Amino acid sequence: MSGHTQQIEDGLYGLMAEFETPGQLVAAARKTREAGFKNFDAYTPYPIHELDGAMDLHDNRVSLFTLIGGILGCAGGFGLATWISAVAWPLNIGGRPLISVPMFIPVTFECTILIGGLTAAISMILMNGLPQPYHPVFNVERFANASRSKFFLCIESEDPKFDRAATEGFLASLNPEEIAEVAR
Amino acid sequence: MAQPVELPDSIHVGPVIDPGHSLASVSDKVGGIVLKRRITLGWVFGLLLSFAILQNLMAGATWLLIKGVGIWGINIPVGWGFAIVNFVWWIGIGHAGTLISAILLLLNQSWRNAINRFAEAMTLFAVMCAGMFPVLHTGRPWLAFWLLPIPNTMALWPQMRSPLLWDVFAVSTYLTISAVFWFVGLLPDLATLRDSSKTRTGQVIYGLLSMGWRNSARHWQRYEKASLLLAGLATPLVVSVHTVVSFDFAVSLIPGWHTTIFPPYFVAGAIYSGFAMVLTLMIPVRKFYGLDDIITLRHLNNMAKVTLATALIVGYGYTLEAFFGYFSADTYERFMIWNRMTGPYAIFYWCLILCNIVTPQFLWSKKIRTSPGILWIISIIVNIGMWLERFVIVVTSLHRDFLPSSWGMYWPTIWDWAIYTGTIGLFMTLIFLFVRVLPMITIFELRMLLPGAEVKEPVAH
Repeated sequence: MSGHTQQIEDGLYGLMAEFETPGQLVAAARKTREAGFKNFDAYTPYPIHELDGAMDLHDNRVSLFTLIGGILGCAGGFGLATWISAVAWPLNIGGRPLISVPMFIPVTFECTILIGGLTAAISMILMNGLPQPYHPVFNVERFANASRSKFFLCIESEDPKFDRAATEGFLASLNPEEIAEVAR
Repeated sequence: MAQPVELPDSIHVGPVIDPGHSLASVSDKVGGIVLKRRITLGWVFGLLLSFAILQNLMAGATWLLIKGVGIWGINIPVGWGFAIVNFVWWIGIGHAGTLISAILLLLNQSWRNAINRFAEAMTLFAVMCAGMFPVLHTGRPWLAFWLLPIPNTMALWPQMRSPLLWDVFAVSTYLTISAVFWFVGLLPDLATLRDSSKTRTGQVIYGLLSMGWRNSARHWQRYEKASLLLAGLATPLVVSVHTVVSFDFAVSLIPGWHTTIFPPYFVAGAIYSGFAMVLTLMIPVRKFYGLDDIITLRHLNNMAKVTLATALIVGYGYTLEAFFGYFSADTYERFMIWNRMTGPYAIFYWCLILCNIVTPQFLWSKKIRTSPGILWIISIIVNIGMWLERFVIVVTSLHRDFLPSSWGMYWPTIWDWAIYTGTIGLFMTLIFLFVRVLPMITIFELRMLLPGAEVKEPVAH
């Protein structure tokens, strides 16, 4: 059995470093990625756009799903109006067209926004793996500050490059305030 | 997003946030209002008073369900009385919240961060109040589901070409998207409350609501994208909602309603009344919760400016309405505007001009824009003025239309007033509860305003 698998069984989720400023965290995240780690994450009290570059984050699926949702809503709204007015309940009013496109615009528009907006919110929540009742990072006591004032970086034991001692040495080289073990 | 244009400091009144704040202090201050602050006598009194007023709605709606809409003052020719006046008024109030949260986000206005949560809550509560009126106005609210396109045993379908049906779609979409946008904005702050809560109950409740949000950078990246998309979708939505509301009038043939200026003029009026309501609510909240270091004079000044700008657009709308009446050379249009200005409801018209056009002119003065007390009084006057505007539009156009033999008068009954004041009670009750159970200011966005939030990478060594 390799040392790597052993650590996972020992119940180690990863090693977490705490930083005082966002600048230190961004620099640390960049170095972690450059050192070849894949399974790591940064935790910050507010969104930091510089991390997207430092961690090479470019997940555009929320936009794609929203676009698809919007198109489906648009087609659905127009289809609903057309089907009701021309098929399910056709009313001949002085020979006016049954499919009166300008009058269908408001409903089509509202359905576009409704489905598009719901898709944006729901796809973001689901792709983030939420709702998630339990996560190991909360086992670190000081981690409560991630939603208040401190900045954290966690390298996970599932990473192929992870090694208990070496990774701790690497994290220490980043000058963190503190390094903590994250129990699984 | 584009970088904000740098404006000279002289046009700003103070900073967007007090320079003494840090990441930890804003979190503790805003979160502390919910978690630590004792329940004060003032809050209990306010809640009880609001809840007592809410009982008017209870009584009014109950009697309405028993007797029908005959208990209201509506008649033929004025079939749209208080129900529609109040519906349009409430919906309009809601618009400021979406404007602040969506349009100002897209425009990168950092001062919105301190007021958007509160304004969005106000939107939700106002739309709830608004939605009740058309449903009660149907007379048989238990059949309101007939408005929805669902298969039924009568094989009947709603009329997709009717502005009233467009309203159903517009308002329900508006309520849904506003609620979703609000909840998405709340997620990180609920996590903050969960993490800083000292009691088990708080941890469990906020823990469930925050769904396990853990401030991960990978999550934030998707989160920011979703927020921006929601803002982008909510922006045309908010414009569309009052446009559709104005279609209820403009698509008809009634003199004074059948005008193309209605959609833009309604949207401007909605934002106008909404900002006035935000000021009405924020000025006392800011005072009683000691938030003047977060909701600074700069915010009040900016909101007053938006109020003034929209007041001028609304004033332009009134002027053109009168001009159209004259210039149309149409007997009925001319009579309508003349009747509006000199007829039996003339007092309402002139009061509305006084409230909506004359009063906001005081806001040209920077001194008044930065005096919370005076600003608060002006905001109340504007709220009244915007209510009068909807009353004048609904009633003066209907009560004397084409045929003098069908003219009539409309006066509200005690039940009209009961339901109207009752919704104000509902609105206030919800606001009172909201400020105690949820963070009324978006904490994570406040953090982004702080100088310490800027990323300054240490020099490599």
